[in-house]
Amino acid sequence: MPDEAIISVSNLSKVYPSGFQALDNINLTIKRGEIFALLGPNGAGKTTLISILCGLVNPGPGELKVDGLDVVKDYRAVRRKIGLVPQEISISMFETVWATVNLTRGLYGKKPDNVYLEKLLRSLSLWDKKDNKLMTLSGGMKRRVLIAKALSHQPQVLFLDEPTAGVDVELRRDMWQMIRGLKNDGVTIILTTHYIEEAEDMADRVGVINKGRIVLVEEKAELMKKLGRRELVLELPAPLPALPAAVQIDGLVLSADGKKLTYTYDTRSDYGEIGRVIRTLYDHGIEFRDLQTSQSTLEDIFVSLVSGNDANAVESKGGAQ
Amino acid sequence: MNFQAIKAIYRYEINRTLRTWKQSIASPVISTSLYFIVFGSAIGSRMMDIDGVSYAAFIVPGLILLTILVESINNAAFGIYMPRFTGTIYEILAAPISAFEIVIAYVGAAATKSVVLGLIILLTARGFVDFSIVYPFWMLAFLVLISVTFCLFGFVLGVWADGFERLQIVPMMVVMPLTFLGGSFYSINMLPGIWQTVALFNPVVYLVNGFRWSFYGVSDVNAALSLSMIFLFMLICLSVIWWIFKTGYKIKV
Ligand SMILES: Nc1ncnc2c1ncn2[C@@H]1O[C@H](COP(=O)(O)OP(=O)(O)OP(=O)(O)O)[C@@H](O)[C@H]1O
Ligand SMILES: [Mg+2]
Repeated sequence: MPDEAIISVSNLSKVYPSGFQALDNINLTIKRGEIFALLGPNGAGKTTLISILCGLVNPGPGELKVDGLDVVKDYRAVRRKIGLVPQEISISMFETVWATVNLTRGLYGKKPDNVYLEKLLRSLSLWDKKDNKLMTLSGGMKRRVLIAKALSHQPQVLFLDEPTAGVDVELRRDMWQMIRGLKNDGVTIILTTHYIEEAEDMADRVGVINKGRIVLVEEKAELMKKLGRRELVLELPAPLPALPAAVQIDGLVLSADGKKLTYTYDTRSDYGEIGRVIRTLYDHGIEFRDLQTSQSTLEDIFVSLVSGNDANAVESKGGAQ
Repeated sequence: MNFQAIKAIYRYEINRTLRTWKQSIASPVISTSLYFIVFGSAIGSRMMDIDGVSYAAFIVPGLILLTILVESINNAAFGIYMPRFTGTIYEILAAPISAFEIVIAYVGAAATKSVVLGLIILLTARGFVDFSIVYPFWMLAFLVLISVTFCLFGFVLGVWADGFERLQIVPMMVVMPLTFLGGSFYSINMLPGIWQTVALFNPVVYLVNGFRWSFYGVSDVNAALSLSMIFLFMLICLSVIWWIFKTGYKIKV
């Protein structure tokens, strides 16, 4: 029975030679077969974290395991399992698509497999470009070449560092489709992004990193439940000492000064709810002067998390684990 | 050992050479041929024999070496510098290969090219100058060892360099002068007194003389000493490379 965690990072810190602390005591577990989205503003440490896991950057203190193996000690076994699509497009421009994909496969110690590579290139719409030099490809095609390279050795874990930066809508959609396909094949996917919608669309779980710290890790469904919450705030003309027993409704709260009633409800439930609440209040002689509704978005959560006032942020269930 | 990876890098590097054969093979062969024409045929015919060897033949080993040293350094340095410069080194660093395998692949490919280049120049030289090789085995051994050593040195240079300028400066400003002054065109016995001693501090003297010994059986210094000096230099380069990978110097932060 395989371990549920495929990647586990414990107490990882990283200080660059410049003295800059890029990661600060990171604890993170990635589950086998999930799509994990790592969200964070520029300079949060996303690339640093991925680079350490992939062997591009020396790790600082901490423990890093992939599939139960130590990232430094068992680097060969670990790296064979990993594919990386880097944030920057770095490819040798004079090489052909076919040669560069074969090079990567070889680097990972795999025998050439023309059938698999043809299938891979076809799935990325690169097959008709296979003999083209990389410098003759468009930016979006180059990015697809990077993906083809990362998948050339059939990895179990795929890191995508901002895969959709500079990619048009159509390609982005294709890319998501391909990522879903990989997930169905059992590949674990870790992607970084600035785009909240991307995380919403794709991820099973979302982690938010800021200033080198993981500030939230949550099931996306759980997060969406919080997001799906709406608030109805009613301002009362005169303070109410207490809610009458007859209007005790789940989710309806009177503010401490008695001037406001707040009703929290789920957008996905019946819309009749609000009507019922308002009717009930009316029936019991509670009138209101003004009314407003609001909805928290992942954006709000993100902003409040990364702007540092974590206390106001949506409480994360279980927190970073 | 990840042989597939070594093979992949090796093949990639060889392809790079073949793709640019005009610059990497043809141009050194042509420029060395010019030396043979000018120094060997034109001027050489008016020169005295040295140690019983005609002047034109005398300079053949030194000229081959001059090209081999410069080309080995350049080629190995570019091989590792370019991926650093373009960022494609990420791929090598993320792959399941050891530092040792990386060095074997890059240095192996660069050295292969140097040896082949050396043999091509040798054959070309035979077209201009009449000579025979006394110890063919040792000639080949010297050629391979010197190529490997200077490719290792080039690899170090390629890791150390921060720009193209540094990459060019060492072969141009250090190796070329040392080779010219290292007895490629003369026997150091022809130098005035004190300069003979000074010359012995020039490492290239040992390379040129060892190599020339394998051709004609004559040398200013003992061939065994030449061989030891090559191994010593090789050891120094290997230690530096070991240190580079241990500390990640300029490759990893
Ligand atoms: N080689 C380096 N030396 C010193 N500091 C570095 C180095 N690489 C990155 N940093 C710093 O570490 C911090 C984290 O960088 P990182 O690239 O991990 O951020 P990121 O979350 O990927 O950002 P982005 O969204 O812009 O890609 C940044 O402040 C960056 O300046
Ligand atoms: Mg980044």
